[in-house]
Amino acid sequence: MEALQIAEKIKEKFPEETLDIREFRGQVSVTLKKGRILDICRYLHDDPDLFLDYLVDVCGCDYLGKKDVRFEVVYHLYSIRHRHAIRLKAEVPDSDPSIDSVMPVWVGANWHERECYDLFGIVFEGHPDLRRILLPEDWEGYPLRKDYPVKGPEKEWPGFLEVLDKAKRYREFEWHG
Amino acid sequence: MDKEMEEIEKTFETKELTVSLGPQHPATHGVLRLVLDLDGETVVKCTPYVGYLHRGVEKLGENRTYFAALPLSDRLDYISSMNNNVGYVNAVEKLFGIEAPERARYIRTMVAEMGRISSHIIWLGTHVLDIGATTPFLHAMAQRERLLDLFEELCGARLTVSYPRVGGVRNDISQEFLDALYQFVLEFPSHMDDYETLVTENRIWKDRTVGIGVISAEEAINWGLTGGTLRGSGVDYDVRKYFPYDAYDKVDFEVPVGRNGDCYDRYLVRVGEMRQANRIMKQCIENLPAGPVMADAPKLTLPPKDLVLKDMEHLIHQFILITKGPTIPEGEVYVGTEVPKGELGFYFVSDGTGKPYRMRVRAPSFVHASVLPRLSEGGLIADVIANIGTIDIVLGECDR
Repeated sequence: MEALQIAEKIKEKFPEETLDIREFRGQVSVTLKKGRILDICRYLHDDPDLFLDYLVDVCGCDYLGKKDVRFEVVYHLYSIRHRHAIRLKAEVPDSDPSIDSVMPVWVGANWHERECYDLFGIVFEGHPDLRRILLPEDWEGYPLRKDYPVKGPEKEWPGFLEVLDKAKRYREFEWHG
Repeated sequence: MDKEMEEIEKTFETKELTVSLGPQHPATHGVLRLVLDLDGETVVKCTPYVGYLHRGVEKLGENRTYFAALPLSDRLDYISSMNNNVGYVNAVEKLFGIEAPERARYIRTMVAEMGRISSHIIWLGTHVLDIGATTPFLHAMAQRERLLDLFEELCGARLTVSYPRVGGVRNDISQEFLDALYQFVLEFPSHMDDYETLVTENRIWKDRTVGIGVISAEEAINWGLTGGTLRGSGVDYDVRKYFPYDAYDKVDFEVPVGRNGDCYDRYLVRVGEMRQANRIMKQCIENLPAGPVMADAPKLTLPPKDLVLKDMEHLIHQFILITKGPTIPEGEVYVGTEVPKGELGFYFVSDGTGKPYRMRVRAPSFVHASVLPRLSEGGLIADVIANIGTIDIVLGECDR
């Protein structure tokens, strides 16, 4: 099925939720409201004509100052049986950065969502194990947000200071064998 | 027997043991840490910890021009950097709306397959080494060395090559390089026979891999597995066949698939892939067309260096492209390519400036590492090592 047809089907089935359909370089993205994202994903996964069984990727995107709604969670879906693809984008506002987890549909969303939480601070509701994944547990801030400085935070991460301190103490250590 | 066990449990206090495997364990193929809850030798719970190599590639990419972010892709999967470069430039070309000329596409296909062999060969060596066979590792590394020497002759670098460019490749290839590569291509199948003689029907190897880490086709797709890890379960999903890029639609090759979805089938799939990669390289060398190696798009690709030194117009283009970056339309693309580990995808959001507004790397190793608990829980601790080897992860790509 052509990607635009899939987009039309989503719009037909969920007219309230679909905000925008856009095509660029032959790839189609559907912008959605975040409220019923799990229902939409379940429909796309279970419908025999669509059967988007392979969740390629989940990632966030921060449109600080560019769009009215700050965050977007982007899902890339693909059907290995029918060989068609679609991109979903769910709008997530800054005031309430949370969205339903799609883990009940695709287990593979697990780490992608954890990473998105880690780097953007978007909370995935219903995720069984939402912890930071790439950064340490006590890291402050969300690095991939646009207002996060590229060179890193002013304050050093306490874990790193600990390592420096330890290294210094080991240098001073004298071995009396 | 049960009575004896009861007696033992009464006499001695038994409890679950928590073991931290890694991050500096040689069998974890990098800095992967697994916390294993053990009941005797059985793994009850496996929790992977990643992120030790996190360098913020996505954030760095957002602050460089499309040309300057290319070397970042080398450092993702550092044992097959050529394939990452090919994936990166394909995604950027799609975003720019340009196409590399025919010759450059053939060259990229050829060097990508060289990268595939050099990556699979290191996978074969280390996977077998983890399980206890030292000899294949030594034989495999000898052939990898030849490929790295060829890379050096091609572009001057052995590991982080940055040879493909947006719109083509950096330089044309020489006849000496082609001759040396052809020699390698002719000899390689006999080396493959050597490895297979050592491993494929080996009793110990089969005992350690057959029926270990089994995952069904539906489950593998649901987990988002790709590459050899998915094809071992019997799904023929290969980006090179499903979305042909470069010259993959013009060469003839097969996609090996397994049946049982265990470690042994994944081994067979990757070994088959190496033979197919050799076939692709042979066809590319034999059918290499003549012509330029860079696309004719002066406002979107870097001009050749000799013209920059002589010609005013090219100098201006070079200056603008390096300092400001190209001007491209607003939009977003996702392009996946088949790297040795699986599907490597780049997702670019462009806001019309010379730098990507968002650069997302969909790394296969990241997804494959997440499936480790599913493969390992309920098995023996020794099989955890087999499972780490079979999913073929590189932590530089996993952590980005």
